[in-house]
Amino acid sequence: MGRPFGTDIAMKEPPILSVEDLRTFFYADHGVIRAVDGVSFHVHSGETLGIVGESGSGKSVTAKSVIRLIEEPGRIVSGRIDFRGRDVMTLEGGALRKLRGGEVAMVFQDPMTSLNPVLKIARQLVETMVTHGRFTPKAALARAVDLLGRMGINAPKRAVDSYPHQFSGGMRQRVMLAMGFSNEPVLLIADEPTTALDVTIQAQILDLLRELNADFGTAIILISHDLGVIANICSRIVVMYAGEVVEQGPAEKLLADPKHPYTWALLNAVPRLDRHAHGKKKLITIEGMPPDPADWPTGCRFRARCPFAIEACAKHPLLTESEDGRAARCWVTQAGGVLPVVGGIAAPSAAQPRALARSAVSYAVAEAASATRGEVLLELHDVKKHFRLPKTSLFGAPRVLHAVDGVDLMVFKGETVGLVGESGCGKSTLGRLIVRLHEPTAGTIAFGGVDITHANSATIRPLRRRLQMIFQDPYASLNPRMTVGQILGGPLRFHGMTQDPAGTAVRVRELLDVVGLSAQAAERFPHEFSGGQRQRISIARALAVSPEFIVADEPISALDVNIQAQIINLLIDLQRRFALTYLFIAHDLAVVRHVSDRIVVLYLGKVMEVAPASALFESPLHPYTKSLISSAPIPDAAVERKRERLRLIGEPPSAIDLPSGCRFRTRCPIAADRCSSEIPPLTEYRPGHWAACHFPGKL
Amino acid sequence: MTAAVIGFASADRASPRRRWLRRYALALGGGAVILFWFAAALFAPVISPFSPDFVDVANRLLAPSAAHWLGTDALGRDVLSRVLYGSRISLVAGFSVVLVSAVFGTVLGGIAAYARGRLEELLMRLTDLVLCFPPIILAMAIAAALGIGTTNTIIAMLVVWWPKYARLARSLVLVQRAQEYVEAAHVLGFGHPHILFRHVIPNAVGPLIVMVTLDLGNAILVFAGLSFLGLGVVPPTPEWGAMVAEGRELVQQWWVATFPGLAILSVVMAFNFVGDGIRDWLDPHARRR
Repeated sequence: MGRPFGTDIAMKEPPILSVEDLRTFFYADHGVIRAVDGVSFHVHSGETLGIVGESGSGKSVTAKSVIRLIEEPGRIVSGRIDFRGRDVMTLEGGALRKLRGGEVAMVFQDPMTSLNPVLKIARQLVETMVTHGRFTPKAALARAVDLLGRMGINAPKRAVDSYPHQFSGGMRQRVMLAMGFSNEPVLLIADEPTTALDVTIQAQILDLLRELNADFGTAIILISHDLGVIANICSRIVVMYAGEVVEQGPAEKLLADPKHPYTWALLNAVPRLDRHAHGKKKLITIEGMPPDPADWPTGCRFRARCPFAIEACAKHPLLTESEDGRAARCWVTQAGGVLPVVGGIAAPSAAQPRALARSAVSYAVAEAASATRGEVLLELHDVKKHFRLPKTSLFGAPRVLHAVDGVDLMVFKGETVGLVGESGCGKSTLGRLIVRLHEPTAGTIAFGGVDITHANSATIRPLRRRLQMIFQDPYASLNPRMTVGQILGGPLRFHGMTQDPAGTAVRVRELLDVVGLSAQAAERFPHEFSGGQRQRISIARALAVSPEFIVADEPISALDVNIQAQIINLLIDLQRRFALTYLFIAHDLAVVRHVSDRIVVLYLGKVMEVAPASALFESPLHPYTKSLISSAPIPDAAVERKRERLRLIGEPPSAIDLPSGCRFRTRCPIAADRCSSEIPPLTEYRPGHWAACHFPGKL
Repeated sequence: MTAAVIGFASADRASPRRRWLRRYALALGGGAVILFWFAAALFAPVISPFSPDFVDVANRLLAPSAAHWLGTDALGRDVLSRVLYGSRISLVAGFSVVLVSAVFGTVLGGIAAYARGRLEELLMRLTDLVLCFPPIILAMAIAAALGIGTTNTIIAMLVVWWPKYARLARSLVLVQRAQEYVEAAHVLGFGHPHILFRHVIPNAVGPLIVMVTLDLGNAILVFAGLSFLGLGVVPPTPEWGAMVAEGRELVQQWWVATFPGLAILSVVMAFNFVGDGIRDWLDPHARRR
């Protein structure tokens, strides 16, 4: 680790790919969408370039344009794309196909849909190689087995004979990478290759990409919205906003000292895993939404949202080179302006004076965590939820999925409990058990002193007002056929909280105001809102019945970072105003650290560790917690390269056939004989810090 | 190169209005035909030149002429008048069969999918039971058992018609009930009937509406078929299927069977075109083309 990737050597040679003034437009019914509007960049041999930006910034379209994968109604309108001395814009038929999949390989975001489900892995890999005429079918098959092994797939001989559905998402992404590398490409374009994966699997794939870059010298263009992922791999970064490059430069410098306010905002919108926050700080967010790609604003496209905008910004700035290969499209920094440093590793963030008025304000909520441990609001005792699966054969034993398998948990009034774990660990099921969408198989759940374990819908109805939930997918959690007014008004009328339509309307307006939406929103339908606004509506619906306790199931994972920061700020703000208690389910450790007072780590339906947020991150006791933290990338190239890695091998075992003893032992680096025979009990090792491990803190 | 690309870009871009027309031309045509038959059914007494039951044996089997535009049948009845009156029975039968079975099937399938477990098993095995008989044969058997008559034929058709709606509604409700907004409604404490009928089913009706329109033509066709076989209407009643049956051996007097046949053809095709149009309109993927 710690090796800078190809930066110095490459600069002297001409780049393998240079893109100049690329413009890709989409001719839609309602106008011309200028998705990519004058983008220039270049990639040197063996270099790792990261392209960052929020959704709609044009980063994926740029990547697809490079190999001319643009479909109707989109067209590359102008620009020059030069790949190793060839003009890609004029390539036709065979020459273009030779480029795609031969010299340039592409890996897409969704590993579930990018493999053909009816063909065996072998067939798909061999086809790619044989088509480009470099291998005979027999040689290709041998190479396919080799490549799969190289990509970290166990038993590659057996794997080539499998169908894609037999593989998990992470494994499929490895197959995609094997396919990408099968023709020894000069350039690999990876479009959000890890976004759909868990952090532990993401870390494995990123390691693999880094090794492939080092071993084969393949240049990589990595597209991501996650600055941590980019910092992990890339030597140079291009930041895109509104179809343009707004900043580019070497990773270390760009991430440490951004020269464009948009980069600055992206960096500060994400809470950092390695930063200790005293209390729940407000994250820095930028106002408004990205501009409409059918009608870019004149002047600087970021001006309307920029906290540093000056008069000069009314003119469109150029991407101007400053020192050592860095360039930014900003009048403020070009004129010598400096963007304030927020946080930073050297200086602890707590001591940092906050420069911007609208940015960082510290709340006094944090004290609630340690000082006033109030009354118990929710108590779970040995809660289990087993799902019976259909039998595989007529006489087979019924299979049981142990989604939640004996969880004890206490939530105190006014605190935020974070619930983390890989997908499939049962965190969503646990959330749904608490709000009684599911009925537990065993154990007891008490809310506010009332046993609700087996309460039917009538007996639990009065409690519904105190116990609410916010959902993950803002596009699925609102009834598309109801207006926002009906969505919010329904529960009010149903629970008799308002007496007449006029009263309901008043309360709906209040609710919309509380979540930062205008009163007119009540007349509109959910599809007229953006993802972030819909999540606000969803929060308003939960608040409608004035609850005390809210289960938030991944409320921000479907949103862009800036919107994430807005929603996190809103949730923290609401907690303070209405004295709410949260159970915050998420897979993003940095976010969980930012919002939570206490954190519960779940693995295969069982609690591995419970601790106050700072204790959990600073001195984790359980090896699983430690590897989870180590897997999460940090958006700082310097830190990211120096970090000690602790990689989990493989993927979680199936929740149908659980390992004996400690269920983490199959992936645990310090597992001993004892771990396979004895289930470690959840034990308090320090005040408030519990772990279920035979060797706590040994790793 | 650049200029060529831009030129190509603008060439293919017809005005949105033109594109809309191109996309829905068939559906509009179908709609016009359906409107025509509705008007015919409504104003049959006014626009028919003769009474449909007026027997005039002296003028039997006349070829189309100025007096009898579509000729006369074996009993000297005016074919045009009978075709116009026939639309009344066909449309009423088609709509009542499809609408009643759609509502019944949707409610049953919706409840089955929403309740899951034993109730679902019971209801869906019941639909399977009906589905495992050939529909026309089963309808014939029931119609024959009930006795000839328009109402009895409609009842017979209803019995074989609802299961496909139950099947479709079940699959649509299964998709919707797993959506987060339904979970949200549960968490808010709403009761099951409220959630099923206010939240789930309204979001599942899109494909059902398409099915209903596509199905209307089919129902009219089957009803005419049963009448053709002598199981539909009591003889003097003007009905298209029965009229075709009366003319089927009169090869020389082709008009007796042809015109009611054409009427059936036009209605069935019109409903299919309209159904296709509605499907395209409801499906955002198809709409973008």
